[in-house]
Amino acid sequence: MLRDITIGQYYAADSVIHRLDPRTKLLATLAYLVSLFLFDFPGVYVLAAFFLALVVILSKVPFGYMVKGLKPVLFLLLFTVLMNMLFTKGEVLWSYWKITITKEGVMQAFYMAVRLILLILGSNVMTLTTTPTRLTNAIEAVMRPLKVIRVPVHEIAMMMSIALRFIPILLDETDKIMKAQQARGADFESGNFIQRARSMVPILVPLFISAFRRANDLAMAMEARCYHGGRGRTQMKPLRYALRDWLAYAVVLLYLAGMAVIGRRIFW
Amino acid sequence: MGIININKVTYEYIRRDEENNVEGITTAVDGVSLAVEPGEFIAILGHNGSGKSTLAKHINAILYPSEGSVVVDGMDTREDEKLLEIRQTAGMVFQNPDNQIIGQVVEEDVGFGPENMGVPTKEIWERVEESLKAVGMYEYRAFSPNKLSGGRKQRVSIASVIAMHPKCIILDEPTAMLDPQGRHEVIRAIRALNDVEKITMILITHYMEEVIYADRVFVMDRGKVAMSGTPKEIFSRVSELKELRLGVPQVTELAYELKRAGVPLPDGILSRKELTEALCRVFGK
Ligand SMILES: Nc1ncnc2c1ncn2[C@@H]1O[C@H](COP(=O)(O)OP(=O)(O)O)[C@@H](O)[C@H]1O
Ligand SMILES: [Mg+2]
Repeated sequence: MLRDITIGQYYAADSVIHRLDPRTKLLATLAYLVSLFLFDFPGVYVLAAFFLALVVILSKVPFGYMVKGLKPVLFLLLFTVLMNMLFTKGEVLWSYWKITITKEGVMQAFYMAVRLILLILGSNVMTLTTTPTRLTNAIEAVMRPLKVIRVPVHEIAMMMSIALRFIPILLDETDKIMKAQQARGADFESGNFIQRARSMVPILVPLFISAFRRANDLAMAMEARCYHGGRGRTQMKPLRYALRDWLAYAVVLLYLAGMAVIGRRIFW
Repeated sequence: MGIININKVTYEYIRRDEENNVEGITTAVDGVSLAVEPGEFIAILGHNGSGKSTLAKHINAILYPSEGSVVVDGMDTREDEKLLEIRQTAGMVFQNPDNQIIGQVVEEDVGFGPENMGVPTKEIWERVEESLKAVGMYEYRAFSPNKLSGGRKQRVSIASVIAMHPKCIILDEPTAMLDPQGRHEVIRAIRALNDVEKITMILITHYMEEVIYADRVFVMDRGKVAMSGTPKEIFSRVSELKELRLGVPQVTELAYELKRAGVPLPDGILSRKELTEALCRVFGK
């Protein structure tokens, strides 16, 4: 059922990576993603892939489960590869009618694909090993300095966690409304794009009305329980760095240094 | 001085059009006075639209009276600086279990109130444990609320209020969306908290069976208190209740009909046991 969809696709297991502070994982993931685009010497991808493989093994998330995360972006991946292959100028390898494939194009497409795959797998490791709640906490903590420039950090985090709580409920409700409409003969499957889009209106209208009613109720329930913004609020599950987090940061720094050494060809 | 004093409260919902002109006025609560003593179990009855929810929201300072005053544990709900203290003293449980659970995990939801009150982390955990145990939901502390039945969700909502250590809990039709099993669970939890923890309970409902445990019952109609008294007194006035479009418990109705048919039974029979005993007495067994 729709209700069973887990948002953020958390994979429960007991591993070092799971136990890391979510802030560590968030910052390390960001560093990793940036590192993929900082250098263009191909050798860096070997190190990046090796590093990711190490983290995946440590996380105890089955490899098949990780690869599943690539499925939704397969189209994007193919599209990028094709674009790079077709529109990069250089030494012609093969040509037919208006299509020319160059050596540079093939190389470029290959590197782009590797980058994207590492990027997606890298961010999947984070979402697979961190519960949405902890991830929201981490985002709130990491963004806290932005409070100085009046970014409503606490409110953004609260919005994210409420959205995560209500997405399954609203999905379930969509399902119910669809069934109710189908029972009255509504047809959502046939017809062209426009017809199908129009058949969604009788679903969206009740869904929106219900969502607003829920929002109203929830606001009242939160106020009744003394919610008054982030001021003076304590936390039930505060984030605390442990030794392993500092070690993880050290490993990430080492990795970045390694990338720089290879990427900038410092020793050769 | 009771824990809750409602003095001649009137509340009007004012509907306005786009230019902010008054389009219509609904007087939802009309001159209601009501005093509740600490530790009491109060039930409020009334058909849909009789103003029960509107009245309940006054006790929690979600709405403020258009006329009259509401005093909770010595604090007038109009005093802004007492707002959080009032909401902590008089907790509120709402009708729809899905729309009042904020946490993604049961224990986080119970911790939400204490977090807002600024309770230290260690004490939050103690309160969460004690509240979940009080409603028998401790073993579900790590569950997602989406995976619980309606009755269990409402017990979590009650635990979430208890974790704020309130003196009084107002429950606005907490069982309206539940199946009989869930209703039973919730009512049992409410009664236990009233008996053991001596928390004052104000239960709003339209299930007659839930009212028989109350110390006092108020029946509302069109914003006014139409009847008040003990459950026995209220349920002996069957014809008046029917005029207010309210039923009575099945057993009471049966006794009422028997009496009208000539069987000499006492008024206000509330339980099957009472009826059996009365009938045995009548027929000399
Ligand atoms: N937000 C609102 N705006 C306008 N009128 C309202 C609002 N809420 C309730 N009312 C009206 O106030 C009256 C009392 O409603 P309510 O307190 O919800 O009754 P109950 O809880 O007993 O069903 C009803 O006539 C209802 O239509
Ligand atoms: Mg109501």
